[in-house]
Amino acid sequence: MTTSINDIIRFSWTALVGYPTRTLLMLTAMAIGVAAVIMLTALGEGARRYVSNEFTSLGTNLVIVFPGYSETSGLNPIALVGTTPRDLTLDDAQVLTRNTNVRRIAPINIGSVKASFQGRSREVPVIGSNHELLEIRHWELAQGSFLPAADLDRATPVCVIGSNIRDELFDTQAAVGQWLRLGDRRFRVIGVMASEGRSIGVDVQDTIMIPVASAQQLFNTPSLFRILVEAKTRSAIEPVKLAIIEQLKERHQGKRDVTVVTQDAVLATFDRILGALTYAIGGIAAISLAVAGILIMNVMLVAVSQRTAEIGLLKALGAPQRLIIRLILSEAIMLSAFGAIIGLLLGELGCLAIRQAFPDLPAYAPLWAVLTAIAVSLLAGFVFSLLPARQAARLDPVLALTGK
Amino acid sequence: MVPVPLLTTNMIELSMIELSLIELKNIHRNFLVGEQTVHALDDINLSIQAGEYISIMGPSGSGKSTLLNLIGLLDSATKGTYLLNQQDVTALPDGQQAAKRSKTIGFVFQAFHLIPRLTAAENIALPLILAGTEPDQRQPLVNKAVMDMGLSDRAHHTPDQLSGGQRQRVAIARATIMQPNILLADEPTGNLDQKSGQDVINILEQLNRQGITVIIVTHDANIGQRATRQIQMVDGRIESDQQCSQISSR
Repeated sequence: MTTSINDIIRFSWTALVGYPTRTLLMLTAMAIGVAAVIMLTALGEGARRYVSNEFTSLGTNLVIVFPGYSETSGLNPIALVGTTPRDLTLDDAQVLTRNTNVRRIAPINIGSVKASFQGRSREVPVIGSNHELLEIRHWELAQGSFLPAADLDRATPVCVIGSNIRDELFDTQAAVGQWLRLGDRRFRVIGVMASEGRSIGVDVQDTIMIPVASAQQLFNTPSLFRILVEAKTRSAIEPVKLAIIEQLKERHQGKRDVTVVTQDAVLATFDRILGALTYAIGGIAAISLAVAGILIMNVMLVAVSQRTAEIGLLKALGAPQRLIIRLILSEAIMLSAFGAIIGLLLGELGCLAIRQAFPDLPAYAPLWAVLTAIAVSLLAGFVFSLLPARQAARLDPVLALTGK
Repeated sequence: MVPVPLLTTNMIELSMIELSLIELKNIHRNFLVGEQTVHALDDINLSIQAGEYISIMGPSGSGKSTLLNLIGLLDSATKGTYLLNQQDVTALPDGQQAAKRSKTIGFVFQAFHLIPRLTAAENIALPLILAGTEPDQRQPLVNKAVMDMGLSDRAHHTPDQLSGGQRQRVAIARATIMQPNILLADEPTGNLDQKSGQDVINILEQLNRQGITVIIVTHDANIGQRATRQIQMVDGRIESDQQCSQISSR
């Protein structure tokens, strides 16, 4: 007959309750470790999801073309800021619409000009594009209409303004139908953006959109900043990307001088970086669990030396070595388990607090982090109490009974 | 290969000790204290029959506690043979040794050694728990032991709420709950006043009358002289071993 698990747990429980200071100390260490893992990974994961959401809001099945090309593939700083030997033009953009896999395209030109209306004025970022931009970016209008569907090279003097611009320039007046001045030209306001719709870096509410040809005149440049291309389906993204490269190469005397990135590639890159970051901070937090484990070892060693007489007694009463080991281990594992549960609650509360404080950040701890934190704390409790348990089991009962 | 003549002598010896509960043969126990070897037990030969009431007396350091611990399997001999119930237990593995302690031996200590965070009843139940007895079988045994020791109103008190005499009675209840053949008491009255000490000795003698072999190590000549067999130890040797009739009136 061997001592039942129930009895072992009950006996360990009396030991935990009997030494409250020691128990609280170890519970705190374990709880802090587990809570740290949960909160830090939640932050990392939240950041990853936040960026991922932002990218999705850019549009779906998106392929982005920008001028300039360097031999290294993928997204790199040179491709983003590098100079270009040849401009992307409206004709280039026009050609891309011939591909049957392309649903719509939006050429983009960006500049900054002074916008004024009846004595009020401010410097405004201006986006030159076409009517397709609204669909591609999933934006919505509050009032009026978006840029007219017309040939790309037609410079109509109309504009769509963000809601902030409307508030600042028009105050309480109706904006639609009014003429405002951008640089040295006049544009009629035909629409106002809805207050949703924002994307990385640019708040749509602070911009003015005009037809791309108008923007080229306004900024006095024939070149485009970007061309956004929306493929018809997700599987069409890669063929579209290759076709764009070929089409533009043909037009540019056989020289590949554009960079084409898919939204997926950009997203995947950020995903990888932030994913790695989450693992890294999770790992750092796990070190605190190991520290808690070492604390458990120390405190259990002290506990064993404090309770030598008790262990000697158990031996005298007929407890074999393996039972002594089990008693000490179960005590440590119970401590770890309770610590992990408290840490779990604290960590989830912490995540809740983070989400309350930063509603944009979806700070939810990933399941793997929660499970790992619990597993590591139990494992640490087990591994680090092996030594104290063996030490207790090997005590000489005669010496132990005299408390030596 | 064991030669045949040797076998026969062994068999003769075996038949001679058949009735012995405890048989110690040429037992030595040496301790290393620094560089020096101390002979705590020096060639002890002792045969104890079931049901005996034995006192072991002697000055401090004469080896009486070591002898008791060795009989109780808490310590093992450096040299010699220990037969318990005709079984050689000199070098038993830990698990079997623990089982023997659990089933055949009960200890009573000078310092009581009760676990402070457990109640009297829980302390008494401890050997049953360690032996794996089911809870529903434990409870009647513990209840009976509590009654027998006159601790009914104290069963749910922790040791610090009990008097010295009550604590030692809890310890005796714990030592006998597994119904062992042998009860070993190391200075059981050492921490008690005269009256409580007398109570404890009365209980031990009563247990002896029920058939349990009782061995008491003591300094106190008054207690030692009550035993039917009195062993005097000096310097790790048995100096005298006398059978006496009990002087106590019952």
